[in-house]
Amino acid sequence: MKGNEAIAEAAIRYGADGYFGYPITPQSEVIEYFMAQKPEERTGMAVLQAESEIAAINMIYGAAGSGKRVMTSSSSPGISLKQEGLTYIAGAELPCVVLNVVRGGPGLGTIQPSQSDYFQAVKGGGHGDYRLIVLAPSSVQEMYDFVETGFELAFKYRNPAMILSDGAIGQMMEKVEIGEQKPRMTEEEIKKNYPWATTGKTKDREKNVITSLELDSGKMEKFNQKLIKKYEEIEEKEVRFEEIQCEDAEYILVAYGTSSRICEKTVELARKEGIKIGLLRPITLFPFPKKKLAELGDRVKGFLTVEMSAGQMVEDVRLAVKGKAPVEYYGRMGGIVPSPEEIVDAVKQKLL
Amino acid sequence: MAEQKVKTEDIVNEENKVFERTPLLTDNVFHYCPGCGHGVVHRLIMEVVEELDIQDKTIGIAPVGCSVLAYNYMDIDMQEAAHGRAPALATGIKRTMPDKYVFTYQGDGDLAAIGTAETIHACNRGENIAIIFINNGIYGMTGGQMAPTTLENMKSSTSPYGRNLKSMGNPLKMTELVAELPGTHYVTRQAVHKPANVRKTKKAIKKAFENQKLEKGTSLVEIVSNCNSGWKMTPNDSNKWLEENMLPFYPLGDIKVPEDK
Repeated sequence: MKGNEAIAEAAIRYGADGYFGYPITPQSEVIEYFMAQKPEERTGMAVLQAESEIAAINMIYGAAGSGKRVMTSSSSPGISLKQEGLTYIAGAELPCVVLNVVRGGPGLGTIQPSQSDYFQAVKGGGHGDYRLIVLAPSSVQEMYDFVETGFELAFKYRNPAMILSDGAIGQMMEKVEIGEQKPRMTEEEIKKNYPWATTGKTKDREKNVITSLELDSGKMEKFNQKLIKKYEEIEEKEVRFEEIQCEDAEYILVAYGTSSRICEKTVELARKEGIKIGLLRPITLFPFPKKKLAELGDRVKGFLTVEMSAGQMVEDVRLAVKGKAPVEYYGRMGGIVPSPEEIVDAVKQKLL
Repeated sequence: MAEQKVKTEDIVNEENKVFERTPLLTDNVFHYCPGCGHGVVHRLIMEVVEELDIQDKTIGIAPVGCSVLAYNYMDIDMQEAAHGRAPALATGIKRTMPDKYVFTYQGDGDLAAIGTAETIHACNRGENIAIIFINNGIYGMTGGQMAPTTLENMKSSTSPYGRNLKSMGNPLKMTELVAELPGTHYVTRQAVHKPANVRKTKKAIKKAFENQKLEKGTSLVEIVSNCNSGWKMTPNDSNKWLEENMLPFYPLGDIKVPEDK
């Protein structure tokens, strides 16, 4: 299965209520797969090709505001268009899953894989103080699995979750273990589980209003503080990462997604040459594995972040390591994927 | 002549009651300028929801504009949309909950400028929603700037010498435009500046809500309204100006009526 298809199948099987999207390379297979599957017949899930990415994310806002489990997907230029919707969704505290199959930028850029939307994904992206929960899959299996993880986290914290993938994982074909079909939530379950949702005001409760507007600056600041508390709780409880041969490592590669797969090979090659190196793969980019990095910073000789960008995550690694060890960056841009060998060379040049 | 003292109780009693506010309008005091049409339209929508007994099935969407706080006055579940995106929200709600009554409440800037694409495509897909479109030819909330519906030579804070069609473009008849689309089922233009018009508008809103059961497409009710503050007139003068200037360009009446029944 292609990564882009796995994510669509995962949404149907998870019992999602809707998908609203707009075609863009390299993720058009997501909406194509949905349309071919006729999810309205399989589970009653609604799927719609919207007139724009802006419309699609606002359809997500509407349905999410009614407690529905809804997802959209796009690639970098389209994700930029969705930022307005995302900040409103974060401001209205609505849960949803958004997939970004990243391609190289800026602007129209290239259709080849890239990781240059890291800043946009983990720092907010739209206006105002908010965060997305960001999951970074490194395999087609994780594309599948993170749909459920994304929805669970999004609903637990009433916050949009982003799956930050890239053109390579979206297009790559791998074997996937798929789960059982789960039922969609009934309206009664939604009313019970999500009492904030706009399902129609009944006599037994006050009306529900979904909004991000607060004209009183005192109240707005309180709301900002509430959001920050939520993000702190997420940072406390939801950090996910993978360590590969970090136990005895003197040097640490830090990489996520496609870069992390290549770095696994780099670790193997470098160890053959006697370089004691390990790989830390952040699975959640927000929350970021700060504590783990700080801990490693106390005992290793240096870090190298490997990114298909001009060096974005390296800033967060430096903040986490707090100068306890040197943190270097190596990366390729423009849709070029680095080879394991060139990363070994970079380790030698920058760290040894 | 001795002054007769009339007590409130003499007037306000059950016998004399000819009007009662629908309980679906909340006790919050409208923030709208005295004389503005928004309050009347809010009341009409809530009366329709009450009469159809669909409070528990209705979800409204407020726009960005003067009516951004519509959810403070309507006692129903509501969502507040980003500027112009209300028809997209309505689409998301209706597609995942087809048995609900979903309506958007939008001004001219929201519906006919920044939300043009969302409006046209929701109507073209024939989403089974009601769109209530308040056209007062001006941006009220931001302080009286030119709207897509501002008339030729009409003054606003961004067309201080009057709208020049050559440099500023033409007023947009969005309602006629969407009536051309196969997805719309019912399209009408009404007003609320006179009691007779208020009654007709209520009928139109009711029809737009009832149409949702038919699943035959989008209903759009444009309501030509005044903006006495933005137009810099008294409420009475603004209603007179509306009749003399707005209505010749935006004529009232049904534009697209379903053929069946």
